[in-house]
Amino acid sequence: MTRIETLAQPGHPDVTSAVLSLRGITKRFPGVTANDQVSLEVYPGEVLGLLGENGAGKSTLISILYGLYQPDEGEILLDGQPANLSSPAQALRRGMGLVPQHPLLVERHTVAENLALGAGSAWQPVRQVTPRILELSRTYGLEVNPAAPVHTLSPGEKQRVEILRALLGGARILILDEPTSVLTPQEVEGLFQIMRELRAGGKSLIFISHKLDEVMEICDRTVVLRRGKVVGGLPIAEASKASLAELMVGRSVSFERRRVTPPPGPLLLSVRGLEARGGRGHLALRGVNFDLHEGEVLGVAGVTGNGQTELVEVLAGLRPVSGGAVSLGGVPLTGDPAQRFAQGVAHIPEDRLHTGTVPTMSVSENLALREYGQLPFSRGGLRNLQAQDEFARRMVERYAVSTPNVQTPSRLLSGGNIQKLILARELTEQVRLILAVHPTYGLDIGATEQVHQELLGCAGRGAGVLLVGEDLDELLSLCDRVVVMLHGQLLGPFDAAQTSRKALGLQMTGGAA
Amino acid sequence: MRLSPVSSPGPWRRLLVTVIALLVAALICAGVFALYGVAPLEAYRSMLGTLGDPVGLSEVVRRSIPLLLIGGGLTLAYRAQFVNIGGEGQLLLGAVGGSGVALFVPPGPWTLPLMFLCGTLLGGLWALIAVWLKVRYRVNEILTTLMLNYVASSLVVYLINGPWKGRNVQGYVYSDLFPGAATLALLPGTQVHQATLVLGVLVVTGLQFVLTRSVFGYQLRVVGENRAAAEYAGIPVGRVMTLAALITGGAAGLAGVGEVAGIHHRLLEPGELSLGYGFTAVIVAWLARGNPLLVLLTAPLLGVILAGGDVLKIDQNMPFRIVDVFSGVMLLCLIVSELFVQNRVRFGPWPRRSYE
Repeated sequence: MTRIETLAQPGHPDVTSAVLSLRGITKRFPGVTANDQVSLEVYPGEVLGLLGENGAGKSTLISILYGLYQPDEGEILLDGQPANLSSPAQALRRGMGLVPQHPLLVERHTVAENLALGAGSAWQPVRQVTPRILELSRTYGLEVNPAAPVHTLSPGEKQRVEILRALLGGARILILDEPTSVLTPQEVEGLFQIMRELRAGGKSLIFISHKLDEVMEICDRTVVLRRGKVVGGLPIAEASKASLAELMVGRSVSFERRRVTPPPGPLLLSVRGLEARGGRGHLALRGVNFDLHEGEVLGVAGVTGNGQTELVEVLAGLRPVSGGAVSLGGVPLTGDPAQRFAQGVAHIPEDRLHTGTVPTMSVSENLALREYGQLPFSRGGLRNLQAQDEFARRMVERYAVSTPNVQTPSRLLSGGNIQKLILARELTEQVRLILAVHPTYGLDIGATEQVHQELLGCAGRGAGVLLVGEDLDELLSLCDRVVVMLHGQLLGPFDAAQTSRKALGLQMTGGAA
Repeated sequence: MRLSPVSSPGPWRRLLVTVIALLVAALICAGVFALYGVAPLEAYRSMLGTLGDPVGLSEVVRRSIPLLLIGGGLTLAYRAQFVNIGGEGQLLLGAVGGSGVALFVPPGPWTLPLMFLCGTLLGGLWALIAVWLKVRYRVNEILTTLMLNYVASSLVVYLINGPWKGRNVQGYVYSDLFPGAATLALLPGTQVHQATLVLGVLVVTGLQFVLTRSVFGYQLRVVGENRAAAEYAGIPVGRVMTLAALITGGAAGLAGVGEVAGIHHRLLEPGELSLGYGFTAVIVAWLARGNPLLVLLTAPLLGVILAGGDVLKIDQNMPFRIVDVFSGVMLLCLIVSELFVQNRVRFGPWPRRSYE
């Protein structure tokens, strides 16, 4: 294999050197063509970015590459030879490896035991597989202790185990499905280092991500899918975030920061010495202090489990306070979630499916979840279903919720549409404080942009936004100030214009303390 | 053979699968009849024969009355995820409440209304114990309501052996007869106490209205279908569930008053007072899939089986408890049928699942 030469020629004029070629792959499902004449090449020693909105056909394409689906038309060539990938086992034998978004590991077993499953021989599989794990770890910088039980590992380590599993199976082509969505910035950097090692070792990587900054950083080339078709493919040197986003969405997308210097509004939310206990009885908030002004967007960054969830729950009235004071507009903030909503506290919860909506109930009924007990939704304890449906139709149109009708159960909606439904319900005229937790998690670029615009629109009308997120690029582009949550306390605030992803990442892991 | 999920099963699919499940249950019971040495067709003919003659029909209606009340209340409780298996105990407490008024309050025009009121309150109180334990201490209500049945049964036995034992009953164990003012009028020639029947129809209709059109019904459905969302929206979960429990217990209590005031006219052994209506009503509510109004159809269906048990006892010399076998098999089939409502059966090889 001539890997040094291929690395030297990013344009790859020579199609015959491709390790994997797709020629006119088409896959139809009832009512939809998921992949439509998809052709692409993957060369040894490169990272190919596979981009596309939700529903663009990435999952179907992965399923075909991994032998889960058979294409209706087209062919797959491996090393120039037609290959029939009729099952995952066969795909693995031919050198395909898949690193799933969420690790599929047995938590109670050790790393070696997990990896021995399938890869080891029948006799003493763990003992046989361990030296091979260690050897691969050394070669590619995949640090992981084979004797460690999986439940003690961090998300990044679990991901390394999945990569090791693919490599043990002899993978030459690794498909990484949104691998950074579960990682901290430092872990992302570590993953990219591993990916560079793998690339240098001649492996081909297919990297799937929504985060264009990461694509720009790690990929050599990109292929963009839209509605099942390849709409473009650019060497990364010729691409920009804007051009890729435009290809994905089909229209231009703004990445501009919303404003340069926010005019400081009057004090809205004041939090002093706030303490609260978490679900397991430990002190999850240990003296939290911050101020939020009207019209301000305050970001809360941090590694999951440092008290962000508890902070929002306390402010929303879902978790009792054990110490400290919270006031909204100079008045102590108390009461249950319904009373707080009446005072203008909106809550976009982390789990939009199981907290933010009732999946079995209709779009119309879900939109009434906050104000069902008031005019015009009800009077004297009796509901007015016409008024409810009328409101729902207005909201569905105003927020462009894609739903067959307002009587459709909300569980049949896509994640983006469910989030729009929640926004439509929460962001009323009277909203003063918005508690938004991961509001764009898992959404595609179009829906993400809409969520951003709605939140910023409310801020523009004077509402304060507390935005809890794990995507630092998002926090930095939306927020005026960012605080970092670590072990139940706040670090900062940091002025968003004067800090960086890297600096925040260090704070998140306690590196600067 | 494999199953593939149906994204949103429609009402017709539900109906079809339910009917098939009932047919399968009938088929299994036919096997039981055959093993017992009774020709299955003969057995079914005598059971369904109850619908053909006026006496049989009146027996079916009489059995349907308590099923209507308890089943209606249970549909509401199940929608709130309060799994009440204690209808039997709540019915007995209702009977105790009604009997107390009948035996110890001077009779007058107020007697019957007071009996119904007292019975409803005591039935509700019995459910209140379980719901309080559930809301306050997270005790599983399936266990508490079930166990409270035995407590209620023992309470009745204690009362009719002790303080409420009749003065003129010699060796028998039951209370004195109620005064005339404490008994319900019957349709001539039957044991159908029509006042309770009308009450039952009103209750299930009212519950349907409450569930679909009232603010409380909306809250109750949110609590039952997604508790996290209910808490998120600030719905008082404990209060809603408590009220649902009071309603289901109260409805069962009403049924208890109907039985003593309409048929027995005295408080007597739990086994004679009720034919396990509280348990049979679980099937009534399950068949109605949480819709109170559908209980108007499902209660008489189970009424046919209970009345049919009587006929089988006489015609075929089978033990009356054959109805328990019947109910059990039916409930099993209905529970299993839920799988076929949610999934479609397909034949042929497994298709590959998409990645994700």
